[in-house]
Amino acid sequence: MGLSIWQSMQQKGYSRRDFLQFCTAAAVMAGLDRSAGAQVASVFEKKEKPAVIWMHFQECTCCSESFIRASHPIVVDALLDVLSLNYTETLMAASGFQAEKSLNDTIQNNKGKYIVLVEGAVPTGANGVYCMIGGKTAESILQTVAKDAAVIVAWGSCASNGCVQAAKPNPTGATPIHKLVNKPVINVPGCPPIADVMMAVVTHLLVLGQIPALDSLGRPKEFYGRRVHDTCYRRANYDAGLFVESFDDENARKGYCLYKVGCRGPVTYNACSVVKWNEGTSYPVQSGHGCIGCSEAGFWDNGPFYQHLASFPGFGIESTADSIGLSVGTATVAGVAVHAVVTNIRKHKVIAEVHAEDSPDLDEPIEKK
Amino acid sequence: MARIVVDPVTRIEGHLRIEAVVENGVIIDAFSAGTMVRGLEKILIGRDPRDAWAITQRVCGVCTTVHALASVRAVEDALGIAVPPTAELIRNIMMATLYVQDHVVHFYHLHALDWVDIVNALKADPKKAAELAASFSKWDKNTPAYFSGVQDKIKAFAASGLGIFANGYWGHPAYKLPPEVNLIAVAHYLDALEWQKEVVKIHAVFGGKNPHPNYLVGGVPCSIDADEVAAINSERLNLVARLISQADEFVNQVYIPDVLAVASFYKDWAKWGGGLKNYLSYGEYPTRGYGQVDSLKYARGVILNRDFSKVHPVNPRDSQEIKEYIAHSWYDYEGGDTAGLHPWAGETNLHYTGPKPPFETLAGYEKYSFLKTPRWKDNPMETGPLARLLVSYAAGHADVKESVGAVLGKLNVPLEALFSTLGRTAARAVDAELAMGWLKEFFAELMGRVKTRETSTFNGERWEPSTWPAEAEGVGLVEAPRGSLAHWIKIRNGKIDNYQLVVPTTWNGSPRDAHEQRSAFEESLIGTPVAKLDEPVEILRTIHSFDPCLACSVHLYDPQGRHLHQVSFE
Repeated sequence: MGLSIWQSMQQKGYSRRDFLQFCTAAAVMAGLDRSAGAQVASVFEKKEKPAVIWMHFQECTCCSESFIRASHPIVVDALLDVLSLNYTETLMAASGFQAEKSLNDTIQNNKGKYIVLVEGAVPTGANGVYCMIGGKTAESILQTVAKDAAVIVAWGSCASNGCVQAAKPNPTGATPIHKLVNKPVINVPGCPPIADVMMAVVTHLLVLGQIPALDSLGRPKEFYGRRVHDTCYRRANYDAGLFVESFDDENARKGYCLYKVGCRGPVTYNACSVVKWNEGTSYPVQSGHGCIGCSEAGFWDNGPFYQHLASFPGFGIESTADSIGLSVGTATVAGVAVHAVVTNIRKHKVIAEVHAEDSPDLDEPIEKK
Repeated sequence: MARIVVDPVTRIEGHLRIEAVVENGVIIDAFSAGTMVRGLEKILIGRDPRDAWAITQRVCGVCTTVHALASVRAVEDALGIAVPPTAELIRNIMMATLYVQDHVVHFYHLHALDWVDIVNALKADPKKAAELAASFSKWDKNTPAYFSGVQDKIKAFAASGLGIFANGYWGHPAYKLPPEVNLIAVAHYLDALEWQKEVVKIHAVFGGKNPHPNYLVGGVPCSIDADEVAAINSERLNLVARLISQADEFVNQVYIPDVLAVASFYKDWAKWGGGLKNYLSYGEYPTRGYGQVDSLKYARGVILNRDFSKVHPVNPRDSQEIKEYIAHSWYDYEGGDTAGLHPWAGETNLHYTGPKPPFETLAGYEKYSFLKTPRWKDNPMETGPLARLLVSYAAGHADVKESVGAVLGKLNVPLEALFSTLGRTAARAVDAELAMGWLKEFFAELMGRVKTRETSTFNGERWEPSTWPAEAEGVGLVEAPRGSLAHWIKIRNGKIDNYQLVVPTTWNGSPRDAHEQRSAFEESLIGTPVAKLDEPVEILRTIHSFDPCLACSVHLYDPQGRHLHQVSFE
């Protein structure tokens, strides 16, 4: 125990050059400038491996699956070693009593220093019996684990906002983590979150030993500060009024905007259109399907997915989640109506020039709930 | 007599608890309990049927795609939608990709540690390991330097506390592999971790992301056009071709040889874990339209009492065939605890009557699981790779017979050896090998259609709810990596009126039925020896041989709101 990350990598046979490359990659993934690599290296050299506990509650394990899709090989490799991942029901060798021992030992030996990663919501209905592990309720386990944690990360929409089991009528009382613990919680929403975003959040904690800058919803600003729509490569088609009318029509093959067949990109804060998925292979819009808004609280109740948004705030790409408040679905908030009007006038001008007959329903009054 | 409790059972999807009664070192009774419930079926009611694939896909992120496929098939069945052949091919490509990825991950990352002693791999001679590996695989990475590098990694890892490998049953007498085989398996564990994220890029190409790629009622959401930069074009298809070729190499040069090598040291496990004698397969990979049952690569049917002379047909619409029981599950039925209900008439009132947590045991409680108990004509059924191989074998599918025969020959064991823990694990490897071959076949067909420009991927004739009948009901069958999966849907006035799922781990991992017949997990544990009560690796071997997926199995609800604490998010 007690090896620094550099020492541990040396033992694994990595060269100093490998190590510096890793640090640079870590810095870039954590949103730092490439030149920050040297600074990162000094942190890794000193820092002991932090103990990590990964809990599973009401979830489908898509977050764990996404995590192991992280693309930088040395980062994935280092993950097994750099992080001391002492408890994760999906991958750990031990079961039953021995698994619980791993959990208890980690807590006892690292009080105030360990990182808790939570995958899944916690059901509070029927005194917690809807999720039990080792004969204990998820809620009681969460409280035990959270008590001496340095920081808690809520992986995915289940832990961040309740996700599918919290959709109406939320039969089991599924509750996001931040509503149950009295600790700082980093919300990393998405169903699942993008693998490289997850790795970047972990790296952020490791490298700087700090919670990354968060927005008002507890999400890292670097990945949840922009709407999918504003960074989408099909955005130009939207602005030009070029739309897919039906799946696999001529316009779909040309890669026009999916707004009319249902896309929540305009009201969804995530990095899909920038970081993309599976080592940059694609993201939903690129493969022909609208964004379903899976990183937004309550997105399951914001459907149906194939009905286009009646209207949405038309603020410019410079806006962030904080400056316009909570995201909205088929309903919008009155406060942004002014932005919407201004932008719509601008858009209408472009649309009239390019493709008048295909314009979306921008004239419709903004719906109020 | 002792009662062993394993909870949490790790290296599975979801929350599973096993309680086993051991007498004179042998398991004489067992109880399998699912201890998590989410209520997804209740959540589906009143929603747009075209959204159901996305909601049900969130049942499981490990076998991601299978619920989406079952759901779009159920809706298409209800509305009479035929999907274009190119869309069917893409669905097949995505499913075969999942089979291959899921089985490799299951073997190395979920199951191998029951057979492979990581700590013992430190004693291996890397040179001998390379020679041994070369004797059963031509994979060019298997060099002494490679094995020596892996060994150094493990040494460093062991020195720093073992992380995810801490507190395993290392050194347990049930581990039988020589150090060199342990080292080979550990090395490939790490390689498989790198490889699995590559092969799923096929899902990202066609579905935008993995986990949880996108599906679509009436086809698939992506478009193909070899003349457009924004469609699935020649560049994208080249990427898929490369990924398929990589997967082929890994499956045939690493995974299959490793399974055979490990299995050859554990032939005694062909004696244990057999369990039920009834096998269910819904069949998979339609080649002439989903409705053409005779076009399925894997046959649909049932085998009873290991009688391979007869494959019984399965009709998911017949209210007398598939029924669910709750005699030992935390639910109530209007008709009482002994009634069985067809999923279209499904009735599921959640009613937890177990001990108040925290608790030590479920012993003495009549009801002990959140899983209901499905039965086919009142018979308990095993489902999964072994079941579908046996059904197709009995149905005379030549490619299946050939692959099964080849593996039996290499292990030098009779067909009967398949009815076991070892057989289930070997069957999964055969399953992956077959899927790998079909994946190449489907992709070649897809390229053929691109060439002739028959690339329509969506049938939108019944897309608009205005084209739907006021009432419709449908069923979607999928033969998922873990076994037979079905969704039943009722649609009324354009909305979901009822939705029920019966999934593989519900068949396999459910509690007893009203006639006290055990399901597959419980039955397969009977008679298994347990050498050390405090380190029951034998239980894990058999339970993991089914590849349990618990989040899939438990998703029931209470329409009356009884015993539920409702939280409003208005």
